[in-house]
Amino acid sequence: MSEVLVLIDGDGATVGKPVLELVTLARRLGEPSVVVFGSGADPEVLGRYGVATVYQFDGPEYADYLVAPKAEALASLVAEKAPAAVLVSSSSEGKEIAARVAQRAGAGFVYDAIDVLAGPDGVRTVQSVFAGNYTVSAHFAAGPVVIAVKPNAVSPAEVPAPAAVAVQPLTHQVSDAAKGARIVASEAKTSGSSRPELGEAAIVVSGGRGTGGDFSPVEEFADALGGAVGASRAAVDSGWYPHRFQVGQTGQTVSAQLYVAAGISGAIQHRAGMQTSKTIVAINSDPEAPIFDLVDFGVVGDLKVVLPQATAQTIAGRG
Amino acid sequence: MTRIVVACKYVPDSTGDRSFEADGTVDRESVEGLLSELDEYAVEQALQIVEAQGGEIIALTVGPAEAVTALRKALQLGVGEAVHVLDDAIAGSDVFATAAVLAAAIGKLDADIVLFGMASTDGGGGVVPALVADRLGLPALTQASTLAVDGPTVRITRDGDTTVQQIEASTPVVVSVTDRTDEARYPSFKGIMAAKKKKVTVWSLADLGLSADQVGLDRALTSVAAAVRRPPRTAGQIVTDDGDGGVRLVEFLTTHKFV
Repeated sequence: MSEVLVLIDGDGATVGKPVLELVTLARRLGEPSVVVFGSGADPEVLGRYGVATVYQFDGPEYADYLVAPKAEALASLVAEKAPAAVLVSSSSEGKEIAARVAQRAGAGFVYDAIDVLAGPDGVRTVQSVFAGNYTVSAHFAAGPVVIAVKPNAVSPAEVPAPAAVAVQPLTHQVSDAAKGARIVASEAKTSGSSRPELGEAAIVVSGGRGTGGDFSPVEEFADALGGAVGASRAAVDSGWYPHRFQVGQTGQTVSAQLYVAAGISGAIQHRAGMQTSKTIVAINSDPEAPIFDLVDFGVVGDLKVVLPQATAQTIAGRG
Repeated sequence: MTRIVVACKYVPDSTGDRSFEADGTVDRESVEGLLSELDEYAVEQALQIVEAQGGEIIALTVGPAEAVTALRKALQLGVGEAVHVLDDAIAGSDVFATAAVLAAAIGKLDADIVLFGMASTDGGGGVVPALVADRLGLPALTQASTLAVDGPTVRITRDGDTTVQQIEASTPVVVSVTDRTDEARYPSFKGIMAAKKKKVTVWSLADLGLSADQVGLDRALTSVAAAVRRPPRTAGQIVTDDGDGGVRLVEFLTTHKFV
């Protein structure tokens, strides 16, 4: 069976859900091996999901310079192993690494895939484009394949009979050309809350201009539902909520089971980030707001009245 | 003197009803085209650098004849001159062929700083700046939420996925800027009039030392098997809050097992 490489991006300190999703998808195409920079990946966890080999690159260059050293090292491994496919998460760093590797390998490349399938004519990917208005299915010419995959493409699934995982330390001589963009300082973004990660959450409650700057009704309803909190660009631009919670074209794209838009008009910029959510609910005081064209259920009313009532009702219903 | 090249993509207006042609390429006829909104932030940064410390700016596009619209917008905003790489063979190019053409043009323009928007508003990948940098062997300072140029040193704040980083490199560099950088200006009347007299140089692939078989739809390693319009959402239930809007909302969520 042919090998499929899965990259753990970031510092590799934890094997998160997005990596397990990639490994689960990789099993459709071949035998997954994981590539990590640094020593953080837990082989035992990866083994339960069917990983046979962990390739581990160590060296200060990967933390000292942006993207290019990682891309160069991964490209060298791809040249050596000739894997059937390389899967990377569709984060901004992941996409840049994937694109560079594909360029060097002469590989077919798809980014922002929402599904990866093995078909009779080779690998197929599915993407959602034009603000979620189109679903595009793509296939590849013969040769290597590099795919950047969005979160929530698949539910991580363990294998029935995990095998022992071999950890292979690798060295790569990073070129001077790859050491151009120096990281002089780095600070982790911490959500500082117990809420689920926005990009991965099953339920998202977002607030917009209609909050008037007070996100407490939005946060309280999100907590009652066990969901993440999001914000529209208008709310972020007004300084009401941090940028890392922005949902939309230039923020995060969410594909939630339930998306609640409170006080958000539904401009194209926002729709691009949430339109593929399964069930959409909106609360808006303007009955003409375009968000109501998308919803399964809408309430024309003041979110400052409707949301607290819904929060109380949700908590009461739970008894 | 600092030479800045700012890449300007001509895209279908994202507020229009965008669609695909039968061959899987983007339909550029039915929706009006314009300079990608996210590239306006790159133009703005280029103008601010030159206003602060001098230099010259060249707007660069790769695209069909209509793509000159994107260059005109940049010229109206205050960019000095423009280059349009125009060649029928380029149609349908993937990100790699596009990057190859851009890299050849940027090499010929001998830029100190190459500025891009964070992504286009149509393709949305945001990978072309990294690909161009990789081809030219230049440092890539991507996804910048702030940009500062101090002589040959370029510094950015990168608003990444899980970290906020300060990144530094020496020119020549490739930079991509996000919509967190300063709000883009509007063209002034004077700017619009002045733009009419500004020069747009047209280059073919041959002018860049590239051949037709290196670009275009036929060379792309991926192809669209199907592009299916999302079925319109069936009209949802809309209620007006008469004092029980929150209760009815939770009733709906309970029916659908979210509560």
